Amino acid sequence: MTAVQIIFLLTAAVSLGAAIMVVTTRNLVHAALYLILTLFGVAVLFVLLNAGFFAVVQVVIYIGAISILMIFAIMLTRRVMQDIGPATNPGWWLSAILSVVLFGGLTWMLSSWSGFTTPLPAMPPGIEPLEQLGQALVSPQYYVLPFELASVLLLAALIGAITIAWEGR
Amino acid sequence: MISLSYFLVFAAALFSIGLYGVLARKNAVAILMGIELMLNAVNINLIAFWRFRTPEWIAGQAFALMVFAVAAAEVAVGLALVISIYRRRNTVAADEIDLLKW
Repeated sequence: MTAVQIIFLLTAAVSLGAAIMVVTTRNLVHAALYLILTLFGVAVLFVLLNAGFFAVVQVVIYIGAISILMIFAIMLTRRVMQDIGPATNPGWWLSAILSVVLFGGLTWMLSSWSGFTTPLPAMPPGIEPLEQLGQALVSPQYYVLPFELASVLLLAALIGAITIAWEGR
Repeated sequence: MISLSYFLVFAAALFSIGLYGVLARKNAVAILMGIELMLNAVNINLIAFWRFRTPEWIAGQAFALMVFAVAAAEVAVGLALVISIYRRRNTVAADEIDLLKW
């Protein structure tokens, strides 16, 4: 076992354990904190994949913005958070079976693919992923259109969120 | 040596857990948390395929960046909807939000 494998297995175990707590714990504030732990684990995996930029983006956007927004929403809807009823739907066992079947099916399907055990290739020399990504995002031959569409989508979501949550109506 | 299978199995597990959260939880905010888990699983897959299969192309990273943007937009609108519904109907339980049911 190499050091990378040990780091991966530890991170994966912590992330998956925290993810299970996210979907099972009753207290939603705790669920949000476990969600932050899971997202940190995913950020560590991004580092293992030589995508340091995405690790930073993960921490800034997911942990810094989305999780905090979730915690705000949980606190604003606080009164019903401590309800005495069940936290899950009556058919939760059906969902559990479906999830396990999906996981088994995905793993089975992927393991029958010949590229499943591709070993980690060395990074090609002379390629800086972050520089390449930055240039590809604003280059007309590559992704400038999706990039601009994403900014329009974010603007629309911003205006939409303000309009929907506006109180003075 | 670490191989692609590690990341794919991890992402599949994370996606399945998120799916369980979306299907089984009653609270609308908890459902959004499940969606976040699923989007993270997709991102791990995209980055892992980029790193293991085509590290010389940047397409995988560009796709992952779009997923980030869509996730941010989705959670902003979703939480605004939850807060708006809570203000009007005083509930965030998904099975009590049945205004559109005939």
